[in-house]
Amino acid sequence: MTEPVHKGVSVSLQGLAKNFGQVEALKPLDLDIRSGELVAFLGPSGCGKTTTLLLIAGIYKASAGGIRFDGAPVNDLHPSKRDIGMVFQSYALYPHLSLFENIAFPLRLRRVPRDQLKARVSKAAEQLQIGEVLHRRPGQVSGGQQQRAALARALVKEPRMLLLDEPLSNLDAQVRLQARSEIRRLQQELGITSILVTHDQAEALAMADRIAVFRAGELLQFAPPEDLYRSPADAFVAQFVGNPPMNLFHGSVSGGVFRADGLETAVPASWPEGPGSLGIRPEDIRIVPSAHEATVSTMLQVMEPLGRDYLLNCAMEEGFVQALTADRADASVGDTIHLRFAPDKLQLFAEDGRRIEP
Amino acid sequence: MLKPRSWPLWLIFLIVVTVPILIGYVWLLLSSFNDRVHGLTPAGDWGLSNWRFLWENVGRRPSIWTVMLNTLLFAGGVSVTVVIVSAMAAYAVSRLSFPGRSWFLGLILVLHAFPAVSLLIASYYVLVVLGLFDSLLGVILVMTSFMMPLGIWLLKGFFDSLSWEMEMAALVDGASRWRIFWRIAMPLVSPGLFAVGIFTFLVAWGEFILPYTFIVSGRTWTFSIYLNSMIGDFEMADYGLLGAVGLFYMLPAVAVFFFGQRYLLTMYSGGSKG
Repeated sequence: MTEPVHKGVSVSLQGLAKNFGQVEALKPLDLDIRSGELVAFLGPSGCGKTTTLLLIAGIYKASAGGIRFDGAPVNDLHPSKRDIGMVFQSYALYPHLSLFENIAFPLRLRRVPRDQLKARVSKAAEQLQIGEVLHRRPGQVSGGQQQRAALARALVKEPRMLLLDEPLSNLDAQVRLQARSEIRRLQQELGITSILVTHDQAEALAMADRIAVFRAGELLQFAPPEDLYRSPADAFVAQFVGNPPMNLFHGSVSGGVFRADGLETAVPASWPEGPGSLGIRPEDIRIVPSAHEATVSTMLQVMEPLGRDYLLNCAMEEGFVQALTADRADASVGDTIHLRFAPDKLQLFAEDGRRIEP
Repeated sequence: MLKPRSWPLWLIFLIVVTVPILIGYVWLLLSSFNDRVHGLTPAGDWGLSNWRFLWENVGRRPSIWTVMLNTLLFAGGVSVTVVIVSAMAAYAVSRLSFPGRSWFLGLILVLHAFPAVSLLIASYYVLVVLGLFDSLLGVILVMTSFMMPLGIWLLKGFFDSLSWEMEMAALVDGASRWRIFWRIAMPLVSPGLFAVGIFTFLVAWGEFILPYTFIVSGRTWTFSIYLNSMIGDFEMADYGLLGAVGLFYMLPAVAVFFFGQRYLLTMYSGGSKG
């Protein structure tokens, strides 16, 4: 079971768009997914990520543009002919059938011979460790087992692509972490091209080879997790990816200095003059002993010990600043503390949200 | 909400209001086993003579067993047809988008509120043209069409409560719409199917005006026509016989209601989840 069983398909979206009446659910989108890759579609609800997934599955018809699998157009191909396995947020198991019959359903529709069917269902169930509960109905097993059964049903056809629509969001926190790494392991073992739709940035960062961030029907950025985190293309991506989110301050650059309410810091000379937003990740802020080395001096309002680190919430004239640091320098709530932003980690976003390249 | 301690008062009130109906049933029972009844007091001899219709034909009427079979065919036929046809219609209305869908939905509501009696003459002409006048099949079709709006509305509610994701999953798995309907959707709305089936059966079992209008010959009589023939004929009404036939007429309906009540309850509480 170590070598890839299924050859994953490559997917190419060209100008793909979807309207529901007057509503533009998905603006024209270009995206290339490589064979065997796990891509996450990340964004808040209503951002177009699920629409894109259902377009790829063929459940929605595209309003414009094309979809190609391994270079061949599939726009007019029925969902069942696209050779995909799909897992839904609600798992969408058939409640009146046993788990065995649920997993066997796609095979029965393909008229797979009885002995072969049994072997394939058993194998899929073994892979997902639900062999013992196959005779039960979905309502009689745990959420985690339902999720595995849904995954087994998607994989039993040995599809060329796996589409996962928020498959983990109905699970308890602990089971979710376990399921995360299990899906990832299985996906890599099988070498199956996969798309994961999620609104959970941590899930996307942990599982995906590349992440596509959507907002309001638009693809903002498509990049590997590290790039997305280090160089977000957009202020929205910067705040959406990473927890705690990036701090953003509205102000302006003049003469090599960025100024916002109560905040002043030298910035690279290459930054353009004028209004913009300064971004800094919480972990790139540290406490310094004196005001003159500090970027900002502020009052410590809330301190959350997270184990190794402390999350500090400090009041600003407008809003707040969050810092993540292992060294709290004996500060306690109510103290005025001095924070220094690491100068090489500062990011500037233009008025329209676009990041300005340093 | 009522406080628990005010319950006995309400119970007494409800019992008092129910008494007249109960007295009716008691009278029915007494008079069916006695020659003569004064009020609630039996005045004649006890006996089964009122039940003679079970083993002999009364007057020039057909055998009660023919009537029973006809009524079963009628109520059963209406019930099965309404369930199958309105399930298909309800699924279409709930799941498919087609031109005029909302218009169709509105029309169903209007039809449901429409008094069926006002269509009697039109239905008569349709049946005569089709050659179905004075046949069970003809009345079954008319009754079915009058019962369908309710069936469609009720079953649409049941289909609406099924998850879209389940249907998408089946679609991706390779099932056709037709197959999804029969293999996935129908089993999951079975409480609704039973509810509509039983409800329709009971209404058809008690239906009078349609069979009375569209059936003439004795061999296709249903129970309600049989009962009607016993009052207001040229002979004096035999109340003992009437009571006995009435009780006999009730039995299947009571049995069906008894076994089907839990499904009827789901009808009023709306949808189902597996």
